[in-house]
Amino acid sequence: MPSKTNSTRLSVLKTYKLYIGGQFPRTESGRYYVVNDGSGNPLANACLSSRKDLRDAVSAARVAFGGWSGRTAYNRGQILYRMAEVLESRQPEMTRELQQSGSSTAQAKKEITACIETLIHYAGWCDKYQQLFSTVNPVASSHYNFSVPEPMGVVGIVSSSENALLGLVQVMCAAIAGGNTCVILANTESPLASISFAEVLATSDLPGGVVNILTGKVPELLPWMAGHMDVNAILCDPSTAIARAGLEQTATSNLKRVITLKKEDILSPYRILDLQEIKTTWHPIENIAPSGAAY
Amino acid sequence: MKRSSPAQISPDFRRTRVVDQTGIEERAARFTKRSIKQSSKLQALYQVLNMIDLTTLEGKDTDQKVRQLCYKARHPHDELSGIPTVAAICVYPNFVRVAKKSLEGSGIKVASVATAFPSGQSTRAIKLADTRLAVSEGADEVDMVISRGKFHAGEYAFVFDEIAAIKEACGKARLKVILETGELGSFDKVRRASDIAMHAGADFIKTSTGKIQPAATMPVTLVMLEAIRDFYYQTGKQVGMKPAGGISKSKLALHYLVMLRETLGQDWMSNEWFRFGASSLANDVLMQIRKEKTGQYQSAAYFSVD
Repeated sequence: MPSKTNSTRLSVLKTYKLYIGGQFPRTESGRYYVVNDGSGNPLANACLSSRKDLRDAVSAARVAFGGWSGRTAYNRGQILYRMAEVLESRQPEMTRELQQSGSSTAQAKKEITACIETLIHYAGWCDKYQQLFSTVNPVASSHYNFSVPEPMGVVGIVSSSENALLGLVQVMCAAIAGGNTCVILANTESPLASISFAEVLATSDLPGGVVNILTGKVPELLPWMAGHMDVNAILCDPSTAIARAGLEQTATSNLKRVITLKKEDILSPYRILDLQEIKTTWHPIENIAPSGAAY
Repeated sequence: MKRSSPAQISPDFRRTRVVDQTGIEERAARFTKRSIKQSSKLQALYQVLNMIDLTTLEGKDTDQKVRQLCYKARHPHDELSGIPTVAAICVYPNFVRVAKKSLEGSGIKVASVATAFPSGQSTRAIKLADTRLAVSEGADEVDMVISRGKFHAGEYAFVFDEIAAIKEACGKARLKVILETGELGSFDKVRRASDIAMHAGADFIKTSTGKIQPAATMPVTLVMLEAIRDFYYQTGKQVGMKPAGGISKSKLALHYLVMLRETLGQDWMSNEWFRFGASSLANDVLMQIRKEKTGQYQSAAYFSVD
C-alpha cells in the first residue's frame, strides 16, 4: 500500500505467483494484472494464467493422483488436519491479507476460523464416508456383491465466491478428502488470499500437485478446462455465475461431471460423494461341497 | 555437393578436433527458442512420428509384446486419418523374426540391437555371431554398441576394427553405432567416438542404449551432428543420426528437428537419415496431433499403452 508517512516513496508491489505441482512458478504467458484493495488502490500484481498454465497444472494433478488416492484414508485425514494446524498458526497473516482485500477485521477473523473448521470437518470425513456410501448388494447367485466409492481423478474447481478464501477451502476439501487431486481457478478480483493459502498447503505435508491454484480470468480458462480430456469433473462453488449449458456441452467430450454446489449443504459428506465413481465388485463364493463347505 | 577425393586412410583419432563445450551448450539451448505453431507444428509432429524407432528392449519382452508393438507401429492411432507410421521397430535379435512377420508389407523396418547389447562386454566372435543372427533372422538395421572400455583405454584401432568387422557382418543391413555418450564423459570423447564410427563404416551414429543416464541430450546430439557435417564435407558420405533415450515429449522432439534442420539441412530431414529411439514419445506425439486437430488437451487414458 502507498505509504502515508513518506509520499515520495514508491511502494514495491509484490507479484503473487501460481501454485503448480508444489512449486510457485510465474505464468508461462508473462501476463500480469493489478489487484486492488477494498478502496481501489493498487495492492499487488497477480498472474494472468494462460491455457498452458492450466495444461501444466492438470499434468501435475494427474501425476499426483496415483500417490494421493493410494494413501490410506486415515493418512489423508491426518494431512488435512495438519493443514488446519498450519492455517491456525498463520491466522494473523491471513487475516491481514483478507482485510487488505476489503474485509472488516471481524469478517476476516470469522472467515479464517470457518476455513480452519472446514478443514477439521473434512479431515474427520476422510476415513468415514466410505462406510457411509459403500453397500453390500443382494444378488441371486453365489456372489458377494459390493459397491465402493473411488475418487474420479482430476477435478477442475471454479472458486469465485465473495468469501474468496472460504469458498476455495470448501470446494477444495470436498475434492481432496475423497482422494481426488484438483486444479483451482481462484477468484479474479481477490486472488491474493488464495495464493497465500497455497503457502499454507506447501508447508503442511500435502504432496505437491494434489492442489494447484491458478489466478486469472475464469471465462478465459474455463472452456479449456471443460474440454480437457484429462479433467474428470468440474466443481463450481455456489456463487459462480457461469453459463452452465455451454460448459456442460464442452464437458461431454469425456463425459465429465459438472457440479454446482449449493450453499446450504456445502459441508455435507454427499459433496465428497459427488466426486466419486462407484465400483461394484462381484466376488464368487466357492460352494462346491454338498455340505456347503467352501473347500 | 559431392566433394572429390574422399579420405583413403583413416585419420589419427588421437588428434580429433576438440569441442567448445560452452559454445555447444549455448547453441543447443538456442534451438529451443524457435516458435513452431499450427500447420507447421502439425507437419513437424507427423515428421517426428515418421522418424521414430519404436523400441522395446526389456528382459520381460515376449513374442506377443513384440506383435503388439508392431501393431502399434502400423496403426498408431486409427481414430485419426492420415497419420503416418513410425520408421522402424527396435527389438532384441531373438524377436526379429516375429517382428518381421508382423510388419510384412508395411514398409516399416525392423532394427535389432546386437553385439552384447547394452554393455558390449564380450568377445569379437560372440558379437559377430550376435550380429549374424540378427541379420539372418531378417533385420533391416543393426544397432551395435562400441566397446567403451577399450575406447577409454585409448585402443581406438580396436574399436575401429570392431565396428568395421560388424559392418561387414551386416551385409545389406544398415549399421547404427551406439556410442553410449553417457559413459564417454566429455564432448571431446563423443566427437572422437563419432569420427571413429563414421570412418569405420557406420550408416548411423546413435547416442545411447537407453539403459544409462544421461542418455540423449541436445548438446551431445549437436556434437554428433557437427561430426556428421564435417565428415560429409571431408568424404562426401552422408551419415544418419539417432538420438535415443530420454526424448519422451513432442516439444523436445521438435527442438531436435530444428537442430537437425539448422545443422545438417533439408537432406537429412527424413527417416532415412534421422531417427528418434523412443518408446513413450510416440504417444505424446499422437496426443499433440489430436490436440492440434480437435483443439482440446488430451488424456493418456485414450491412447493405447503399447
